[in-house]
Amino acid sequence: MLVWSRSGRLLVWALVVPLMLVIYGLPMGVIVVASFARQWNGVLPSGFTLAHYAASLEGDSLASLTTSLATGFIASAVALISGTWAALALREVPRQRARLFDVLFFVPSAVPSVSVGLGLLVAFSHPPFLLNGTRWIVLAAHFVLISAFTYGNVRAGLTRVPLACEEVASSLGASPFYRLRRVTLPLLAPYLISAFSLSFALSMGELGATIMVYPPSWVTLPVHIFALSDRGAVFDAATLTTLLGLATVIVLTALSRLASRAAVR
Amino acid sequence: MSQAQTLERVADGSPGGSRLAAAAGASRIHFEGISVTYGETTVLEGLTLTVNPGEIVALIGPSGSGKTTALRAVAGFVRPSAGRISIGARDVTDIAPHERNIGMVVQNYALFPHMTVAENVAFGLRARHIASRVVAERVPACLDMVGMRAYAQRYPRQLSGGQQQRVAIARAIAVKPQVLLLDEPLSALDTQIRRAMVDEIARLHRDLPELTVLYVTHDQTEALTLADHIGIMRDGRLQAFDRTRPLYQSPPTRFAAEFLGRANLLAVSKFLPIAYGRARVSIAGMSLEARNPHSLPPERRALLCIRPHHLRLAAASPAANRLLAAVESVQWQGEVLNLSLGIGDDRLLMTCPPGGSPPTIGSRIEVFCDPADVSLVPEDADRR
Repeated sequence: MLVWSRSGRLLVWALVVPLMLVIYGLPMGVIVVASFARQWNGVLPSGFTLAHYAASLEGDSLASLTTSLATGFIASAVALISGTWAALALREVPRQRARLFDVLFFVPSAVPSVSVGLGLLVAFSHPPFLLNGTRWIVLAAHFVLISAFTYGNVRAGLTRVPLACEEVASSLGASPFYRLRRVTLPLLAPYLISAFSLSFALSMGELGATIMVYPPSWVTLPVHIFALSDRGAVFDAATLTTLLGLATVIVLTALSRLASRAAVR
Repeated sequence: MSQAQTLERVADGSPGGSRLAAAAGASRIHFEGISVTYGETTVLEGLTLTVNPGEIVALIGPSGSGKTTALRAVAGFVRPSAGRISIGARDVTDIAPHERNIGMVVQNYALFPHMTVAENVAFGLRARHIASRVVAERVPACLDMVGMRAYAQRYPRQLSGGQQQRVAIARAIAVKPQVLLLDEPLSALDTQIRRAMVDEIARLHRDLPELTVLYVTHDQTEALTLADHIGIMRDGRLQAFDRTRPLYQSPPTRFAAEFLGRANLLAVSKFLPIAYGRARVSIAGMSLEARNPHSLPPERRALLCIRPHHLRLAAASPAANRLLAAVESVQWQGEVLNLSLGIGDDRLLMTCPPGGSPPTIGSRIEVFCDPADVSLVPEDADRR
C-alpha cells in the first residue's frame, strides 16, 4: 500500500522507526554495549573496556569460535553436496514419489532440535555406530538440522534452471557429467551459494541439538556462550555473541557477493 | 572459398572433424511406428515417416498434435512406448541423447547464459573433445555463416532475440550433426525478424546441402517456404505427408486443406469424373470443372477446395468456370482486398489486388477460378 500524503508518510515513519529500533536494534545494541562494559549497574554501563575482546581471542573462547566456524563449513558443505545430489536425482523421479521424499527431507526441520539431538544420542551411543563423545555426532546433528533447508533451496533453484539448456547441451554431445559440470551447476550457482549461506547461518546459531550431544573436545560458540551466561559471565557471553554475529555476517556478506556475481551472468 | 567450404575444410582438418564429416553422409531420419504415451494419454500414435538425407521436412499442426513429441523422440528426450527410430543406418531408439550426433535449436534459444557467444558455439566441440586448434578455427567459421562473428565475445543477454537464435543455429551446426532438429525456432521472434530468419535458414541450407533438417512449426509460411516435404499432424497422428507443392495444391483431407494455407471448402452436391484427372462439379446449382487428384469416385462425399487468391473477378476472365455470388463484406487491407461472398449456404473468401472500384456490399458478382487451381477433397477422410 502506498502512502501519498507527506503527513501520512511522516506518521508511518514515526511509527515504524521506533518499533524497528525496539524490536531489532535494542537487543543487539544492548549486547554490543555489554561487550565493552566494565561494570553495568545503572541504566548505562559505568565504564568501558576491551578486556573482554582480548580474553575472547584466546583459550576456550577462541577454540569455540574456530569450532563453530569449522562445524558450520563442514556441515554446510556436506549438506550442500548431499542436498544438491538429492535434488538432482529427484528430478528424474515421478512427481508423486518425489513428493514423498520431499516430506522425508523436511521432517528434521519440523522436529524440535532438542529432539533431534536426543535421537542422535540414543541412536549413536552403542556399537557399531558409536559416535557419542566424538565431534562427528555434533557434525551429524548440524547436518540433519540444516540439510532440509539446503535441499529445499537447491530444489527451488532447479526449477529456475531452464530444462532446454540442459537438453540442448545433451544434444550437442555433452555427457551427463560434462553437462552437470558445465551447464547445470553454473546455472544453479546462485542457489547453491544461498543454500550454503542459509545452512551456515543456521549452523552457527544452533544450540538445542548441540547441547545434547557435544563432547568436551568440540564445544561450539553458542554452547560456550550459554555456559558463560549460565556462570554469570554476562559481559564475556555478550562479547562472544557479538563475535559470533560478526563472523556470521562477514561470511554471509562474502557469499552474498559471490551469489550476486554468479546471478549477473 | 565459401563459408560452407571453409566449414567442411575445418571439419576435415582434425581427427574429430573427420569422424563427424564421415558420419554426415548417413543422415536419413526414419520413424517406424513410433508411439509415445504418458499413462493413459497417447500423444503420438504409430508415426512412420522418413526424412531423406539433405531434405528439410516440416511437421506442422496445432498445439498438442504431437509434432514436438516426434522431434523430441529423435533427440532422445522422449522414450517411445513402441516403434524404432533410426538416424542413418543406426537404430538410435535406445541410445542416449548425447550419443546421437544431432544438432538442436529450440524456440527460446536456450543459449548458455554464463558463456559468451564464442563459448556457446564451442560448447559442443569441447564436449566431444575436438582439438583446441580445430575449435579455434570452426567457431569463427560457424559464426561467419550466421553473420555473428562480430559478437563473439558478447554474452547472450547482450543480444536481441534474432541474434540469439542465429547463435543457437551456429552452435547446432558447429558439431557437424547428422541431422538438425529445429523446434519452433522462430516462434519467439516478431514478424519482420521471423521473415528475415526464414531467408537465413534457407540460405544456410543452400550452403550446407547435405544437412538433413526436421523442422517443427505451427507457422505454415515457414513450412511452405523452407520444406521439401510437409507432414501435417493432428491428435498425435500424421494426417498427411507429401511434397510441399502437391500437398498445398491437392490437399488429401479437409484438415490438411484448412491447416496449410487458407482454403474455401464448398459442399459438393454431386460430381462426375471426366478425362485428364478432372471432374465436373455441381455447387449450389452451378457447374464447375475441377481437378480430381485423389481419383474420387462419384459416390464419395467431397468438398471443393478453392484458395482465396485463386478466385478472380470474372469481368476479364474466360466465360466458363464461373460462380455467381453475393458480396457480403469488403475489406481493404492496403496491398490486398478481402471479399466475403455468399454462395447458397456456403461462405467464400476471396482475395484480390485492390485496383479499380471494388464491388459493393449486397451486389451479385461473378467470380472465376481456373480448373487447374481447384481440387476435390474427400469429405470423410479425416481420422479423428
